[in-house]
Amino acid sequence: MNAIILSALCGVVMMFSGILLKNKSAIKYVAIAALLVLIIGNLFQFYGIYTIDIDSKGLLSFDRTGLFFNTIIFVATLAYFILSGSDIERAGPDVAEYFALIFFVLCGVTILTSFNGLLMFFIGIEILSIPLYILTGSDKKNLKSNEASLKYFLMGSFSTGILLMGITLIYGATGSFGLQSTTIKSAVTGFSSAGILAPVGLVLLFISMCFKVSAAPFHFWAPDVYDGAPSVFTSFMATIVKAAGFFAFIKLFAAKSEDFGPGPAWKLILFVIIVATLFIGNITAVFQQSVKRMLAYSSIAQAGFMLFALYSTNDFTKDGILLYTAAYSFATIGIFSILTKMEDYSLDGFNGLSKSQPVLAFTNTVFFLSLSGIPLTAGFFAKYYMLASAIKGGGSLSLVIIAVLFAAVSVYYYFKVIQAMYFKEGVAATNTPITGNFKVALIVLAAIIVILGIYPTALLGFYYF
Amino acid sequence: MPIQYYIYLALSLFSIGVVGVLTRRNAIIIFMCIELMLNATNLLLVAFSKMHHAVALASNTATQVGIEGQLFVFFIMVVAAAEVSVGLAIIVMMYRNTHSVDINFLNRLKN
Repeated sequence: MNAIILSALCGVVMMFSGILLKNKSAIKYVAIAALLVLIIGNLFQFYGIYTIDIDSKGLLSFDRTGLFFNTIIFVATLAYFILSGSDIERAGPDVAEYFALIFFVLCGVTILTSFNGLLMFFIGIEILSIPLYILTGSDKKNLKSNEASLKYFLMGSFSTGILLMGITLIYGATGSFGLQSTTIKSAVTGFSSAGILAPVGLVLLFISMCFKVSAAPFHFWAPDVYDGAPSVFTSFMATIVKAAGFFAFIKLFAAKSEDFGPGPAWKLILFVIIVATLFIGNITAVFQQSVKRMLAYSSIAQAGFMLFALYSTNDFTKDGILLYTAAYSFATIGIFSILTKMEDYSLDGFNGLSKSQPVLAFTNTVFFLSLSGIPLTAGFFAKYYMLASAIKGGGSLSLVIIAVLFAAVSVYYYFKVIQAMYFKEGVAATNTPITGNFKVALIVLAAIIVILGIYPTALLGFYYF
Repeated sequence: MPIQYYIYLALSLFSIGVVGVLTRRNAIIIFMCIELMLNATNLLLVAFSKMHHAVALASNTATQVGIEGQLFVFFIMVVAAAEVSVGLAIIVMMYRNTHSVDINFLNRLKN
């Protein structure tokens, strides 16, 4: 409850700071301070100290996994604020409002990690989505940003409609919005084909969540939206929001699969979706010339790996999704923070970056290695846990082999950027001077990724003890 | 009235909404179709709520079963209102730049 209340309050504080503070960089420091308060408040609850305790009548339930996931998300946001804070200042005139909207998104994340019923699930999804529509369209004069925002909004509300129909049908069949409604409270009366209501509802719920996490074949909006949105906000959308969507998806279906039984049909549907997501994400990313668009497709490909957590639920899965969130978010936030500093977003724009900015080139290399899952980086263990959970959970070896092959494909397009930075001649121009603080923050982030790659238990140790 | 009438009505409204979203090219009309989908859901929720209430009332006269379905409707209304305010602002923003609400203009990112 601490995190939910505090994140909403931080959002309000940020809105007022826009009126009271005229200095733009002061707003950034207020945001970082507010985020630190949020992290501390969340850790208080994680260690069992309830400072704000409100009886939610069973609508919310807090467990260690959710609270720990909150912590990872907040720390990733802190890294995002520190690395990209100056880019948010340059994104437009309403700096304080951007930070406020980001805090409101975080409020949605905290609800999504603690919902205990379909009502709070729906509210969390909406609180998460609505500020994002605004952030996507924050570059008001840019037609690409307008287009991305309208597309995101229409797709988002369309999938919300499907989500609501799914929830309604499940309510009709079970008489409850609860997550753990193992017993059907009251059945549908006087309707001959009442038995199909719940399965159809579940399928609709599944489709709408695939929309939200951009899993194939419902991924088509993602590249356009990620490409059109201002780069700073793409970074936030592709990492923190996506990870939170996955967490909610997994939490929902882990609870609901007990109701309806994880039959072979579900496994088959998930198999097809995972393979299609990996295929479309990886193969299309190979052909992209713009690094930003390539990262958009790569985020679809990474979603394919995160879907493994849905395919099999066992003790590896929980560790896997926590590690994957940390590894993927940190690396992608780092890459985007460098990308937003570049003059040219195409692959050629990175030519010769190692000569002009060796620190940026080196840390960027670490981030890309982590995304492709090379050992000694966090991405390796993240992928390892995901694949291990699939093998442990029912011996779907063919799926694991396909995933490993696609991981190999992903190495190709990630290494194209590394090749451009180190082995091609050119003058990679940055649009702002690179400060020393930015370099230090990048090195710290890269160090965290390497440490997580050597000792993944460093992260999981916090979770278990 | 039997429940299946409500189910058929809500599902047909919902389907009209889905078909409208997929086929129409005017952003405002797509938006209206999305609202139609949400309202079909509201209607069905109220119907289910009443149905569950009636079933529970037969055994217990002081029952409150089914009240949460109607509560959910209020939440949907509030969220839909919030979405409308953001969505219309986005459409107005686009209209200022392109002087059109036709989503066929949305092809600049396809390259």
